Parts: sequence; C-alpha cells; structure tokens
Amino acid sequence: MRIISFLLFSILTIGFIIILNTKWVLPAPLGKLLAPQSGLWQNAEDVNENFSEDLSFPQLKGNASVYIDERLVPHIFVEQENDAYFIQGYLHAKFRLWQMDLQTRAAAGEVSEVIGEKGLAHDREFRRLGMVYGAENALKEMEANPATRASCDAYTAGVNEYINSLTESSLPFEYKLMGFKPRAWSNLRSALFLKYMSYDLASSETDFEMEHARSYFDSTDMNLLYPVLQDSADPIIPKGTIFPEPSIHVKAPANVDSVYLKGDVQVIENEKPNPANGSNNWAVSGKKTKSGYPILCNDPHLGLNLPSLWYEIQISTPEFNAYGVSFPGAPGVIIGYNDSCAFGFTNGGRDVRDYYEIKFKDDRRQEYWFNNEWKKTTFRIEEIKIAGKPNFYDTVAYTIFGPVMYDKSFAGKKDGSKKNYAVRWKAHDASNELLIFNKLNRAKNYEDYKEACMKLEVPGQNVAFACKNGDIAIRTQGAWPAKWTGQGDFIMPGQDSSYMWQGIIPQAEVPYQYNPERGFISSANQRPVQDDYPYYLGRNYPSSRGIIINRLLRSMEQITPQDMMQMQNNNYNVFAETVMPVLLKNIDATTLTGKDQEYLKILRNWDLRNDADSKGATVFYIFWNKFKTAVFGDEFAKVPDGVLQPQESTLEEAILRDSSYKFIDNINTVQKETLSDVTTQAFLAAGKELSTIEIAKELPWALYKATEIDHLTKVIPALNRLNIPIGGGEHIINATKKNHGPSWRMVVSLTPQTEAYGVYPGGQSGNPGSKFYDNFIDQWAAGKYYSLWMMTKEEVKDARIKWTMHFSSKKA
Amino acid sequence: MKFITSLILTALLSYSACLFLPWWSIAIAAFLVALLISQKIGWAFLSGFLAVFILWFALSQYISSKNEDILAHKVSQIILQTDNPFMLILVTSFIGAVVAGLAAAAGASLKLKKLRN
Repeated sequence: MRIISFLLFSILTIGFIIILNTKWVLPAPLGKLLAPQSGLWQNAEDVNENFSEDLSFPQLKGNASVYIDERLVPHIFVEQENDAYFIQGYLHAKFRLWQMDLQTRAAAGEVSEVIGEKGLAHDREFRRLGMVYGAENALKEMEANPATRASCDAYTAGVNEYINSLTESSLPFEYKLMGFKPRAWSNLRSALFLKYMSYDLASSETDFEMEHARSYFDSTDMNLLYPVLQDSADPIIPKGTIFPEPSIHVKAPANVDSVYLKGDVQVIENEKPNPANGSNNWAVSGKKTKSGYPILCNDPHLGLNLPSLWYEIQISTPEFNAYGVSFPGAPGVIIGYNDSCAFGFTNGGRDVRDYYEIKFKDDRRQEYWFNNEWKKTTFRIEEIKIAGKPNFYDTVAYTIFGPVMYDKSFAGKKDGSKKNYAVRWKAHDASNELLIFNKLNRAKNYEDYKEACMKLEVPGQNVAFACKNGDIAIRTQGAWPAKWTGQGDFIMPGQDSSYMWQGIIPQAEVPYQYNPERGFISSANQRPVQDDYPYYLGRNYPSSRGIIINRLLRSMEQITPQDMMQMQNNNYNVFAETVMPVLLKNIDATTLTGKDQEYLKILRNWDLRNDADSKGATVFYIFWNKFKTAVFGDEFAKVPDGVLQPQESTLEEAILRDSSYKFIDNINTVQKETLSDVTTQAFLAAGKELSTIEIAKELPWALYKATEIDHLTKVIPALNRLNIPIGGGEHIINATKKNHGPSWRMVVSLTPQTEAYGVYPGGQSGNPGSKFYDNFIDQWAAGKYYSLWMMTKEEVKDARIKWTMHFSSKKA
Repeated sequence: MKFITSLILTALLSYSACLFLPWWSIAIAAFLVALLISQKIGWAFLSGFLAVFILWFALSQYISSKNEDILAHKVSQIILQTDNPFMLILVTSFIGAVVAGLAAAAGASLKLKKLRN
C-alpha cells in the first residue's frame, strides 16, 4: 500500500514536472517560464535598476568608463579606440542580444533552427539569394583592412563576453519564451547584419512582375502603366546640372527588341523588402539659418519594430567624439555627428539586382550554355538546420552571373520553376561598408567625408553632410551598375555575356552637390537626376516628398533647429494637392445623397494635411484607393496576382495630362466611361466604406491609420504598442504609415557648441520587462525630441548621469 | 509544530536549491523534508504545497512590485490571455505549490512505510 502510494505520488510529481517543463502537453513550459528565480519573472527589471558595474576583461587595452544617462544612453570614454567597439559590443548584447541574434539568423537563412519547418521557405530563399555568400565576400574585405578588422574583432569579443556571462535566469526574455539559446557572435555575423541592410535597401526589383505584366499588356500599355520618367519629379541634383562625359559607354545588345523584350518567362513570387523603405535628409547652409551655421536633418523610414533597429550611443576616443544611432550588430555610429560635422542617409533605390535565364545541359545542373560553350557550374551546399527535424540540404548552382536562385527545386512561394534563373546582385561582391562609418565618425571636413563616401558600395545611399566650417554637401553614392536604358527591368537572357553589366559607374562620376547656390541640399528617394545624366537610372522613384521638402526649403530663411523639427513632422500632403483639383472637378455632386454629400463637404474643406485628427485625410485616402481600383481594377482583374501595380505617381500624372487616359474606361461595360464617371463611381464606393468607418468612430486619420509598433516576432500582441496617435503617411514628410515610418529623427545645428536633437520610436532596452523598452514612443508620436548630449569628460558630475560602468583590462 | 517546521524548511530549501538547480528542484526539496519530518500524507502535501505557494507568491509579488507590474501585464496577456498581473502571481504560486505538494506526499509515503516496519 505504501509502495503504491509512493509510486503514485512520485509518478504524479514527475508527470507534472514534465508537463510543466516541456511543450508536450501544454503550449508552453509553464513551470519553467513562471519559476520566479529563473523564469520570465527574472526579466522584470526593477524600475530603479542600478546599471552601475565594475567589469574587467583581458581583451581591453586600457581603462574605460561608460556614463549612462537618464534615457539609458551610454557615453563611452576610452583610452584606446578599439576598446570602444568592445564596449559597444558588450552593451549591444546587454540591451539587445536577442534582436541581434534573430536578425542575423534571418539574414543568414537560419530561422528554421529556431521556429521549425515554417521558416524553411524563408531560409531557402535567403540562402539562394546568396546572403551568406555575399557576407563571406564582404567579410574578406572587412578583415583585409586593419582598422575595420580590429574594430570587428573587438566588437565580436565584447558581444561574446556578455553572452558568456549569461545564466539561465539572466537570459533575455524572448529566449526563454521561444525556448532557444543565443549563439556566439562572430565577425561574419556583423557582415551578415550589414548584408541584411543591403537586402532591405538594395535588393528591390520587380523583374518577374514586370515580365509578367508584359505578357498581358502590349508595349504601348506598358509605357502608360510603367513610364520611365516622371514629369513632376524634383530630382536630388537640380535640373540643368552639367555632368562630365561618361567614362563607360554602355551599349544595348543588338537583339534587344527581338530577344530581351519578347521573353517567355515563368512567374516567380519572391520575398520583397518593404517598398516604402526610404528616408528624408537635408542640410541648409548658414546663409539660410538664424545662427549662420549649417543644420543637417535626417529621418530614415523603415519598418518600425520593438526592439528598435537603432541604439543611441556616444563614442569618445582620443581620436574622435561621435554621437548618434548605431546598429545592434555592428561597431560605430551609423547616423549622427562628431565635433566637426554631421552625416545622414537616404536610400539610393536604384536597381542593383537582376535576373538572368540560364540553360543547363541537363538536370544535374553541372554545365550551362554560355558564350557558345558548356561552362561548368560550381555548387554551394546549404545546410539548413530545422528544429525537431533532420537537416535540410539545398544544393545551389553558381554561374558566372551568381547563384541560380530559382530552379526546379525552388521557386519562391510557388512550386518548382521549369526555367532556371540566376541572380546578379551587387551585394554579392566584396566590399567594406564598415569603413565608411569608421571614416565618417572621425571626418573633419568635406574631403574626409568625400573619401568616406567613396567607400560606399551597397546599399547605395544619398549621403548628406554639413560641417561647422559652413560646408554642406550631398553625394548619391554607391557602386551603381552602368546600364543601358531598360537593362534589368525585365529578366535578361543569360546565354552569353551580351546582357551582363558592362561596368560600374566610377565613384567620382556619381551626381553630387557641394555648397550649391540655393543654400540647401536634400533627398527623399526621388530620382537622383533628371534625364540629362548619361546612365540609365531605372523606373521606380517616389517623388512627392522631394517636391514638398524642396519647396519648403526654398522658401525658408532664418531657420532654427525648431523649424527643422517642425518640418520633419510636417503632415502636408503634396500628392493630394496635385490630384485634388482634378478629382473634385470630376465628381458629379448632383448624384450624391445624404452621407455622401457630407463626405464631399469634408473633402472640399480639407486643408490637405494628414494630421492625426483630420477626417479629410481619411476621406481622401479611401477615395483615392477606390479611384485607383476604378481605373485599373477592371484590367488588372484579368491578370494574375503577381503583376506589378502601377505607381501612384503614374496615375497622378496621367489624369493631370489626359482626361481620356486609356485605362479610365471600364472594359467590362459597353459604354465608354469618362473621367467624371469613374471619379463619381469611386466616390460612391468610398462613401460606402466611409460610413462603416464612421460607425466604428474611426474617421479621424490617426484612428483609421492606427499606427502600431510591433515586437519583432509580430505574433505576440502583448509586446506591441497599438493605436499610436500620430498623423502623416505616404507622400508626406512625416512618412508614418501603419507600421513603417521615421525610425530616427535627427536635427543637428553645427554651431560652435553643437545643438542636436533626436528621437526614435522605441527605447534603449530590448527587454519587454524594462521601463526603457518603449519609453520614447510617446515623445516621438507627439513630434517632440530629446536634446542629444555630446558629453565631455568634464561633465561626469552632471545630474543627467545616473549610472557608471567602469571597464578595466586588469584581472579583477 | 511538525507542520510549521516542514513548511519553513521546505520553503528555505526550495529557495536555496533554485539558486543553483532548475526550478523543479523544489520537488526534491519538498520530498527530502517530508522524508526527514514524518507527517501524515495529507499534512505533508499541505505543508509542501503551502511552503512553495507562499515562497513563490512572495518572490513573484516582490519582483513584480519593484517592476511596477510592467512585465506581469504583458506576460499575463501572453500566458493567461487576460491582462491580470495578480492572477499571474497566483498561477505561478499554484504551479510551484502543486509540484512541491505532490513531491512531499511521495516523500511522506516512504516515511510511513518505514515506521510500520
């Protein structure tokens, strides 16, 4: 009896422990997660947490101090420059380890190892795109340069020291929740992180979609739907600039019309970076400012997540002082300023990723036809680990163009492709992007800035610059392939060298402006130049933000940093300004009744601002979408999903120019619709939707748009911040959309005593259990800034310093 | 008296064990205490149950109050599907309590057998 009792209770105890320690029965190991001494409770950070610490590491060359201010921004002071990167690595890991680990896994196609088979399609796509291949090539270059090698080595050592200090209970929150462990850092992982930024900013292409469109539309329609040039654009480098004779004379292949433009291509649906990834930057010269010194502004528009992509930091070494935001995953300051100058980026957005159709000799993929002979492929075997499953091995054939990304075994979201497509991506080539930041952090003048920029290959950026000596400049820098008109807009034949890139535009031939007469430089992802530039620039550039930025900057005088902050938060919709007159003119008001009349009144009285409480902005947004559908919906209903939708500016220009734009007619009806017919129709359709929105009390723009900042996993709603009261949107300087927008706003006035402001929608800590997890969001949403503090060693006793970390090289 | 001693001893031993061992070492602690101090199975279960209930309640309550319940709000939504930090503390305490109670009952079973012989 006793034995039975003992056995019964023992089995029950062990059974409960197993249930509570695994996911076999419950969806989560509740005992493990909730045990107060080791589980999630340990991540509940004391709101009065003391971050002061004394640490010593043999890798350090000297002593160092980190002064942490009330916003948890570290001010790192070192005796030896590389110690700063060690400490930066340590701090990135301390506050953002899970994010760095996960993002690098995503970059490397190693997600399945954590989340199981549902990550496999992503992992295969990224491996096949050559993300690891490209990162390995970049790493060689990074490690060949003594400066970047040393900074990476120190950074990696710092991250790993922190990882090694972790215990079961101090493991970051998400590791416990998702049930995996951090992996050691390496220089390759920093390279992978930077490659991820290249993916985000320089992998955008629509080759398959355009190819697809071409099989449904004839060439006249293609030009109407996807025009090469936009009339309205106000380019980064103003019209009328004279460019030097090009050193590369590109020539289109002779058979371009018969072969290239008549392809029979299989449609592939692949993963895409967010097309809205873009940014604003501008700088005004002292002529236009109240202080007489330049002001530089930058706000990069990226996916908004928690933890944020950015981590604010000050690095002070004997060589330089730099302040700004850094990438958890890489050493140095990325966007910011030093004691002499400030620098900021917007995406260059040119197409540097092209596809070539490959003909293999047979299914073994060992040889492919190239320049009249069978050429050997090489194979790269990708080993993909999958949680709870055996490894998956993906053998990828490499050609002279690059990896054969799509073939019979893989075609993105679809089943295997009958044809083979190799991808040529500039990010495959060896380059050392860290060097630009290494040089910008210590740049003292225009020459230093220019030299730094010249190192930038991928992702190509419009790099804005302003200096205390009064200089301002912008360079549309990057390693851009020199292309003939139309090259790479569609899939290219890969059976010989005639369609390959014929060269890279020399860095000295990129369009730039240095102290222009107009007293400002700016960029907002619009076309870098108009049609007088000797190289082809591709099709897809948003133009509205550039127009309004330049209009405002032209008119402003006696500018203060406060004016610039207001401008970054400007909600004026210049796109609406352009199309509203045409639309309003074409709504037949006599056919509207009741509610629709009310909405028309709201629209007519709208001040063209997408402010948080604006009802007109919501009416316009819904109306414009219905209008797009009314114009293109009938034609596009007949083509499959993968076909590219025309850009908004295309429709904008079409209706401004020609009220009988071909696509206005509804092809499903007998009669021929006029612009007025479809506009009125669209307004009626909008009215229906608007009345549902009004019943839900979501007519004010911010309520309708419902901006949210999600935790990186996207699947844990409790960790997201929802319904953030903020205006803005597409085409607007304040480019805040639903979960995308200004990820860091910075204004730097280069007066003798620098005056700088910044804010990002997140917080310095990646820990959801910390009060520093999302504490900047309200400030950001309100359009307010923090004063950025380039601390000096003499200010150690300043009240803003709350904690101090001492690092020493001696063994404790 | 035995009950109170068991309870205090189990709580202390559980706390110490969890400083070095996985969370389920509370079962070992409760089991050992029940072996050491003989009680009827029911009382042993109750002392083990209450010991860890009180310990985990106190610990999680203390941690959460210093955190101003920031994390408990989020975790309760994730695990309990309801925003209720106090409920999360109760669930935490209950989970530990059941495991310790059962382990104590197992220990007490062995002890009883020995006495009979």
